[in-house]
Amino acid sequence: MTLVLNEEEIMLRDSAAGFLAESANVSAFRAHRDNPPASGFDRALWESIAEMGWCGIAIDEQYGGLSYGFTGLGLVLEQMGKHLSVSPFNSTVLMAGSVLEQCGTEAQKQEWLPKIASGEVVMTLAIQEGTFFDLDQLSQSVTTAADGFTVQVEKRQVLDAIAADAFLVVGRDSDGFQGFIVSAADVSVHAQSMVDARSSGTVVINTTCSKEAQLDPAAMNGKGLTRALDQIHIGLAAELLGLSTEAFERTVAYLRERKQFGKVIGSFQGLQHRAADLFAELELCRSIVLQALRAVDSGDELGGLASAAKAKVAQISQRATNEGIQMHGGIGMTDEYDIGFFIKRARVLEHTLGDFHYHLDRFAVKGGY
Amino acid sequence: MTDLSSFREEARDWLQANCPESMRTPIRGFEDIYNGGRKPEVSHPDQVVWCERMASRGWTVPEWPVAYGGAGLSKAEAKVLREEMALIGARTPLDSFGISMLGPALLHFGNESQKLEHLPPIARGEIRWCQGYSEPNAGSDLASLATKAEDKGDHYLINGQKIWTSYADKADWIFCLVRTDNSGSKHEGISFVLFDMASPGVTVKPIKLISGSSPFCETFFDNATALKKNVVGEVGKGWTIAKYLLTHEREMISAFGTSTSKKTIGQRAAQVLGTDASGRLRAGTLRSVIAQYQLDTQAFTATMERVKDEAKAGQGLGPASSIFKYYGTELNKRRNELVLSIEGEQALGWDGDEYRGGEMARAWLRSKGNSIEGGTSEVQLNIVAKRVLGLPDA
Repeated sequence: MTLVLNEEEIMLRDSAAGFLAESANVSAFRAHRDNPPASGFDRALWESIAEMGWCGIAIDEQYGGLSYGFTGLGLVLEQMGKHLSVSPFNSTVLMAGSVLEQCGTEAQKQEWLPKIASGEVVMTLAIQEGTFFDLDQLSQSVTTAADGFTVQVEKRQVLDAIAADAFLVVGRDSDGFQGFIVSAADVSVHAQSMVDARSSGTVVINTTCSKEAQLDPAAMNGKGLTRALDQIHIGLAAELLGLSTEAFERTVAYLRERKQFGKVIGSFQGLQHRAADLFAELELCRSIVLQALRAVDSGDELGGLASAAKAKVAQISQRATNEGIQMHGGIGMTDEYDIGFFIKRARVLEHTLGDFHYHLDRFAVKGGY
Repeated sequence: MTDLSSFREEARDWLQANCPESMRTPIRGFEDIYNGGRKPEVSHPDQVVWCERMASRGWTVPEWPVAYGGAGLSKAEAKVLREEMALIGARTPLDSFGISMLGPALLHFGNESQKLEHLPPIARGEIRWCQGYSEPNAGSDLASLATKAEDKGDHYLINGQKIWTSYADKADWIFCLVRTDNSGSKHEGISFVLFDMASPGVTVKPIKLISGSSPFCETFFDNATALKKNVVGEVGKGWTIAKYLLTHEREMISAFGTSTSKKTIGQRAAQVLGTDASGRLRAGTLRSVIAQYQLDTQAFTATMERVKDEAKAGQGLGPASSIFKYYGTELNKRRNELVLSIEGEQALGWDGDEYRGGEMARAWLRSKGNSIEGGTSEVQLNIVAKRVLGLPDA
């Protein structure tokens, strides 16, 4: 496992950066925030993303994907974070894709993965209950019924809930975890207006699920679900890395041009040392994210690595965005200036499937203390 | 590959036949590290035997050219040799500033006769070197150094004082930064010169630290002499070599940030302080601080690996390398503070068997110097701000 990008990966990263800078950049996000499309996302953009093959990047060739690997997916996510792009990529490709790959039955993979890879379906993961994500605290929402299962639960912070054609609902029964593929027609969705202005919602599920809709219970209670969630944590960390790096670079650029007391403020040592220390921390983030992406591709046991990546980047994303506002001064507080978008997106991303504290705790438990 | 595997076999057989049993035991402390020199300190007679045998094959400095006392091994072969040594637990036969610092500088900047004169005795462990850099008034601002070298035809007359000269009391020769010219900017007029510590006019006084006795010394030059042929590189251009070696030194110091012990600090804390039913450390506030430390250590170690991999892939030494010295030493200080938090009174003992000679307390106090020596954390941050982030001077 080598912690350096190869030529192919650099090309992928650069072409993703080029496309997103053009078509899904921060101005596009501002327009989205000001006039959100009724469907929750821009269909034309989503089609272009699918055409480039990004949706199938980590999906196996036998299911219509490119078999390019998870590192490639991470590189695209990082660029999406950098440009604050809005699309159902996270929910459909990273979240639903990972859970289906790890926990789907063969028939489910054959049915759904090609549709994810081609971008013809929007799918999402409904897992969080209450105000925090905590896998150990999921309620017993699944009971056995005559012709399958009854699922009764409210799920929160479900990304792209309004737009989703289908949901992967993860809950518990008396024996352990259970997962189901539930059609949008069988749930009721309420939009949540979140600080980051991305589309998410509360999903109320009160329905019967057939055995065909049940995810593989062995995978759900073996390594599958943990592995899928770990992949998602790592993908989110990659997105948060891109966002944090961009917030930092914008801030340093501002330090180089803003003048006070007759000098560029970036010449003051008080600011220089804070910026240099943050640079160091971001380099650490980049390394642990790449290490985690590579570990997914090599099939290694992930242990505490996914939580390490998420915790480390989550923490430094706080620093990068807080310093971003502070070092921009008053202008950083205005809605007109873009730096505020980064802090908003950063916190929602951090709180998606476990914040810094959740993952630091999990990292410690995995480390034997 | 077959070449490598035959080299591996050859190395394995030779090591098996030549490494004394006593040199296959873990070192117990600094006294077990063999540094060579005219008056070598020996904790076991086999140290000398082992060093001589390895030197006869050029394996004390395996990657140096044969003409300079090495074995001319490729990186891959050197790695095989290290692996084979590790396999039988063979100790490093010789460890010295000559090998780690002066050697690389001479290979890079020295002329042919300097290489032929100085490198083989380093490889054989015959001459031990020390480094004369800092002065009482030239610490962080090293380039303002004032030790004067006066031109006397075929030699220089040297007057001044160095400080923090590690092992000056044990070294045979010194590589030293001196001022040969005062007329230009402070970075000009510095020369990198080699001379014998046994020369008349050189005196050495050890320095005691807050952690107790130390390898550091003050070194005084009172009309000491250095031959002109022992100026490395151009006269007045020594700053280039100084910077090269400082980078090298910082890399070595930053390795302190990566832990070598098998048990993590977290696992040690669990053992000493106990865990609850969920396996979490009972001391909740300490647990968070430990987890944060472990997290940063893991990410730092990954960064060291990443930079190595990038260099191997021909992408050069990226900007990330400039954070190593800063981050690694700060991590080491944090680790030592955590040792105190976990071990309590046991870590505060200063002397006696009960406290293993005050090992933990002394290591903790000594770690405070890591972020000062070889360029302070503040200097490192200045370098990152200016060279990497492109922020202007005040």
